Amino acid sequence: MKKQVKFGVGIGVIVASMGFLAWLGYGESKTYYHTIAELPTLTGAAKGQRMRVGGTVAPGSIHRLNGRIDFVLEGEGKTLPVSYIGSDPLPDTFVDKSQALVEGHPSPDGRFVAEVVQAKCASKYEAAPGGSGGAAASSPQRSSM
Amino acid sequence: MDVFGSFALVLAFVCAVYAFGGGIAAIFTRHPLLIKSTRQAGMATCGLIFVATFSLEYLFFSDNFSNAYVVAHSNRDLSTFYKIAALWSGQEGSLLFWSFLLAVYVLSVLVTYRNKNGELMPYVGVVMAGVQIFFLTLNNFVASPFKALASPGADGVMNYVARADGSGLNPLLQYPEMVIHPPNLYSGYTGFTIPFAFALGALLARYPGEKWIHLTRKWTMIAWMFQSMGILLGAHWAYAVLGWGGYWGWDPVENASFLPWLTGTAFLHSVMMQEKRGMMKVWNVWLVFSTFLLCILGTFLTRSGIVSSVHAFAQSSIGSWFVGFLLLIITVCFGAYLKNRDYLKSENQLDSIVSRESSFLFNNLILLVSCIAILSGTLFPVFSEWITGNRISVGAPFFNKVNIPIGLLLLFLTGVGPLLAWRKTSTESLKRNFGWPLGIGLVAGVIALVFGFREIYSWVCLILCVFVASTVGLEFYRGAKVIRARSGASFLASAVDLTLRNTRRYGGYIVHVGMVFVFIGLAGAAFNRDIQKDMQVGQTMQIGSYTLLLQGFDSKPEKNYTAQRMNVEVLRDKKPLMMLYPEKRHFSSNEQNGTMVAIYSTLKEDLYVVYAGDSPETNMPVLHAYLNPLVKWIWFGGAVVVFGTLVAMLPNRRAVLVLAGAPQPAAQPLAHGLTPSVTLREGHD
Repeated sequence: MKKQVKFGVGIGVIVASMGFLAWLGYGESKTYYHTIAELPTLTGAAKGQRMRVGGTVAPGSIHRLNGRIDFVLEGEGKTLPVSYIGSDPLPDTFVDKSQALVEGHPSPDGRFVAEVVQAKCASKYEAAPGGSGGAAASSPQRSSM
Repeated sequence: MDVFGSFALVLAFVCAVYAFGGGIAAIFTRHPLLIKSTRQAGMATCGLIFVATFSLEYLFFSDNFSNAYVVAHSNRDLSTFYKIAALWSGQEGSLLFWSFLLAVYVLSVLVTYRNKNGELMPYVGVVMAGVQIFFLTLNNFVASPFKALASPGADGVMNYVARADGSGLNPLLQYPEMVIHPPNLYSGYTGFTIPFAFALGALLARYPGEKWIHLTRKWTMIAWMFQSMGILLGAHWAYAVLGWGGYWGWDPVENASFLPWLTGTAFLHSVMMQEKRGMMKVWNVWLVFSTFLLCILGTFLTRSGIVSSVHAFAQSSIGSWFVGFLLLIITVCFGAYLKNRDYLKSENQLDSIVSRESSFLFNNLILLVSCIAILSGTLFPVFSEWITGNRISVGAPFFNKVNIPIGLLLLFLTGVGPLLAWRKTSTESLKRNFGWPLGIGLVAGVIALVFGFREIYSWVCLILCVFVASTVGLEFYRGAKVIRARSGASFLASAVDLTLRNTRRYGGYIVHVGMVFVFIGLAGAAFNRDIQKDMQVGQTMQIGSYTLLLQGFDSKPEKNYTAQRMNVEVLRDKKPLMMLYPEKRHFSSNEQNGTMVAIYSTLKEDLYVVYAGDSPETNMPVLHAYLNPLVKWIWFGGAVVVFGTLVAMLPNRRAVLVLAGAPQPAAQPLAHGLTPSVTLREGHD
């Protein structure tokens, strides 16, 4: 029986310490996802959390200003003005109508202050059915075979 | 050709259904002709999948822009090289490519064992056909790559149309590794189907003994090797193309490829306990099941876009098919386990905490903890949304906090495990095997401290790397010395001879050394530096011992894109060293931009230079330089791992008995009729 106890203790120590480290890491890096529509409904502590918001970059809304880049994200019929204050240049895929994920905090004046911006290319590569303006023929109807 | 291809896919589906249904009937009736015909149906399925895949490639090469998939992923000017790779650049093609690689494996298995293991093979065939049916269902009915472009005419009737040119391949994918990374990774993912089919088949058939493990060892190693290469090539690709100076970002899809690697690695180790001691049978079967499930999960995460990632381009409905398939596999595995669990009874128990068995046990435990941590971190957004209604994600700190200590523990076991004896290790043998390596490791640690090494994890990693390398070196040295004493050959020749006599053991050591190199490279990341500056022509910036001088810009029109290059002269200690040309590429076919990083790589460090675009503040071009120590060791280590795996797959050159370094403490007879001996140790470990 003593052997099993030894193994049990060893296993317990490893699992518990990893669990503790995971908990620390979780606290340090957790980020909430919200949709653009949800942002105005947040109250209290929820407003101060680090969060990610996704949307589509409104065409023509990207403005390069001194020290920041402003643009507007659209989604679910709502819009969200964003100021990007990070030091890294934006990714190549960040253009009008691209899908972007911004990470940061909402500021009291309603703008979203982003420290990180990720962008995915628009649906061009997948030629989504019904997708308009993609490089594939607009609204290609597909028939099988 | 697209009609031809899709017809081949439909036929393949029909054959797979026959191989599955007929196979089940064959298991019950044992009718030899039925067994034979289902096996041949399985082979025909594979042949037809090959035909379909080649017809899609034909469409790419003939610039057939009436096919929707070709239009979306190719254009006339795309180089031949990338026209091959365009096959797996999107959803439909990747899934067909999955079927294709699986077919290669399935056909090899069916041909290799056509006259062998008659009791087991019908079961294996049924499982393989079941997996093929799922993917062929997707290929045929959910995401067919053979859809033709069509648009309604004036009379409302659909007409086929063809485009003059396609929209081109995603610029991010136009990099040499696009041609080799996905095939490697997919070969890993699909390859784990084979051990899964054997494990499930053996459980269902109550196939006697440990034979299925012997049968699947090579297949598992092949899959594991491809998975390892796929992961590292992916990391290298991310490093060289995305321009963020790193190679691993805990992206959901990276994680997804890493998960089956972890369980697969655990399996490759713990099967040895089953072979030698008849232990861990339930564990092993579930490790194989989990590895396969994680492969399917990985494909699902990539394809469904359920967790946002750089890879998951499409938000598609294909996810529900994968969820259904995952649930089905889990149900079948559980059912088979509950029905036949008495077949998996262990023959032995653990004897001592300082033994080979317990080192495997802990190796498995920490690999599993790592796997669970990464899996839960990756799926955290999904689960937190289910449970709390809030979608919460966790980032790199979470993954690093858990996985760095786990990696170091694993590295420690890499050195210790192989030299512990089965059952129980004596203190004397511990001293003998670990005295020198531990001493050398500690000396290296002290030297590093003196030279100002202050990163605790990297410091521990360095000590462990030296320790593991020394244990392996000592093993080769001792073995080769014995052979040299008898044959009089050179030391190197003796070491090669030693390796070929017991490829599994020494190949395994080579893999471990490769992992040590990878760890050296990873440890370097603690010392990464980077600097970013708005540059005008003639200006310089300094990083480490390098001075970067921006000499100017030029433009290089290529067939498929136009490159805007920075001409950066690199000087070290005021002396010109070389030119680097980081690029911005503009692809005219789809109006997309891409980045090309310029890297000057040495064993000591990588100078990594990115043309990072224009500054938001000054509108001047930005040069971003990184100095990443030791990165090259990771790629080099990966090559060593692959080499070691290949060595371990070779058959042993001579009889299985070799001279052993340490006397065996075992006093009682071992399981499986092995006779313990004082001077001889069984070589097959």
